[in-house]
Amino acid sequence: MPDENLISRRGLFTKIGVLFNGLVAVAIAVPIVRFLLSSITRGRGNAYLSWVPLGRTSEFPEGETRLATFRNPYVMPTDGKTVDTACWVRRIEGDQFQVFAINCAHLGCPVRWFAQSGLFMCPCHGGAYYRDGSRASGPPERGLFEYPHKVENGLITIQAGELFTPGASAALIGKNPPCAG
Amino acid sequence: MRWLTQIGEWFDHRLQLAAPIRDAAEHRVPRNASSWFYVFGSAALTVFMLQIVTGILLALIYVPSASEAWSSLQALNHDVALGWFIRAMHGWGSNFMVAIVLIHMVQVFLFGAYKFPRELTWIIGVFLLLMTLGMAFSGQVLRFDQDAYWGLGIGASIASRVPFAGPMIVKLMLGGPIIAGATLSRFFALHVFVIPGMLIGFVCLHVLMVLKLGINEWPMPGRLVKRATYEREYHELTKKDGEPFVPDAIWKDMFFAAFILIAVAACAIYFGPFGPSGQPDPTIIQTAPKPDYFFLWLYALLSLLPPSMETPALLIGPVVAIIGLLLLPFLSGEGEKSWKRRPIAVLTVLLIAITLGEFTHLAGFTPWSPHMNAWSGNPVPERFLHSSTALQRQGALVFQSKQCRNCHSLGELGGQRGPALDSVAVRLTQDQLIRQVIQGGGNMPAYGKNLSPAETTALVAFLETLHPEGQVPAREAALREGGVQP
Repeated sequence: MPDENLISRRGLFTKIGVLFNGLVAVAIAVPIVRFLLSSITRGRGNAYLSWVPLGRTSEFPEGETRLATFRNPYVMPTDGKTVDTACWVRRIEGDQFQVFAINCAHLGCPVRWFAQSGLFMCPCHGGAYYRDGSRASGPPERGLFEYPHKVENGLITIQAGELFTPGASAALIGKNPPCAG
Repeated sequence: MRWLTQIGEWFDHRLQLAAPIRDAAEHRVPRNASSWFYVFGSAALTVFMLQIVTGILLALIYVPSASEAWSSLQALNHDVALGWFIRAMHGWGSNFMVAIVLIHMVQVFLFGAYKFPRELTWIIGVFLLLMTLGMAFSGQVLRFDQDAYWGLGIGASIASRVPFAGPMIVKLMLGGPIIAGATLSRFFALHVFVIPGMLIGFVCLHVLMVLKLGINEWPMPGRLVKRATYEREYHELTKKDGEPFVPDAIWKDMFFAAFILIAVAACAIYFGPFGPSGQPDPTIIQTAPKPDYFFLWLYALLSLLPPSMETPALLIGPVVAIIGLLLLPFLSGEGEKSWKRRPIAVLTVLLIAITLGEFTHLAGFTPWSPHMNAWSGNPVPERFLHSSTALQRQGALVFQSKQCRNCHSLGELGGQRGPALDSVAVRLTQDQLIRQVIQGGGNMPAYGKNLSPAETTALVAFLETLHPEGQVPAREAALREGGVQP
């Protein structure tokens, strides 16, 4: 009669086999998880953001709001047209600018500018904003998102690179741009 | 034919599958369960198989790259022989699948089929519904057009509202900082590998459990489910009043499955494929994105909820709904099965159906969205300008040019975001009109900074003429009390 407390040779090897497989699984899981989360980890510390030129200030008449487009600074080879981004540029006067995201602060649809009534209107759920980007009516809980911008040597440049979303962009919005115009 | 039998026997000697398959096919089902109400499960499975076949066919041409997807869909629609038909079958198949899965679920709920011992079959069914909806959304993304692009933006905006983890979830969902190539690639992986793989596994489990536990018998009012006795009673019923599933009970399933396939093909031929709409170019902003049919109710809900309710409703609502569905078989795992004696169950289904139906109906004409072109496209109807003064006509011009029309209709034309103004003069006095125009309020923007005093005077003069013939416009109460005649 073998002692029941005594572990058999095969039993021991089975246990070691399970342990060994567990270790290998963890070792393989680490790179898999890091690969899966790469889009998050890569963007740490605003690494996705860069300063992008929008054009000469002379292209934007004073007192008017114009559509401008730029290429997103972070590009992958298969992105196609999706990296071309639109934004609204409002030149208040002189070097005083406001650059608004195209995305409605409600759920991200593209807002349109109506110069006559001085309103941005959203086609999706009916959000509306005043010319300075503040909320006028509808479901948005806040005003339009604004890109940090600076004016240097007659060139207007914005800090861009991430999609504005109501939850995600709070960190970007609160910050003062280094040399805001 | 002897050699055919021999070949069959050679294989079965090695595979050993004939006996279990015969057992499964010929398992006895209650005679009363052979009903036209019991065909939706097999119909859902049939459409799922159609989706697998048409999906593989589409993958022969489709390119999951943000720069090529749209043009590969155009090629399918126009260049590849019958590419349009396969796309249309896959698109309509998805609509049919969501509809049939929902009908199947309602039938199972109303017939009490989720009760003991079929709780787990129901729970797996709930996951199958969620995966079906996941397939519907990810499929809409693969049709990489304007609607898909902005739909992803809406999805990201919703995901971003999750406390703390929101920004990270957005980057994980988009595969980067913006909606771009990586986003499409990961939705392709979800739509083609991950969710279908899980669906196949869960469908097998679901069907296996139906075979093992037996199909739900026709519910008789007053015949209660009890854990202690149900399985014995069911066994007796199939013995006493049962029939083999094949060949006696399966013919209704076969007829209905064939009918559904014909219906999908008919819709595909008659209506054609879905889109793609405009190119996924974010610099084209003249677009009013709309989700596919089965998410229209959500589109309406997001427009109508008060802003402060929205985030909690979006984040907590689905969790509560899913937990409720998962807990259902544990909360009422025994007792009455027949819908005739479960009024609350019937009312719940009706309430949900009417709510979803009405939201979908509203999303069809989006009364909450401004009509972006009404100010330049819909003229003020002539009857509103008859015998008006020069000032009033100037006001009508201001009314149009300041885009009031985008939100307010006149003569049934224009936006419906704000109230129709055909009889606004009956509701508001001159002072109230001026205040409303300048200060806004009640969801109307303030126009004070965008109207000169002269424009405001003209606009209000025009608005004061907007009242039905023979009805007196509103006047200051103080003036009326004072006996001053207008």
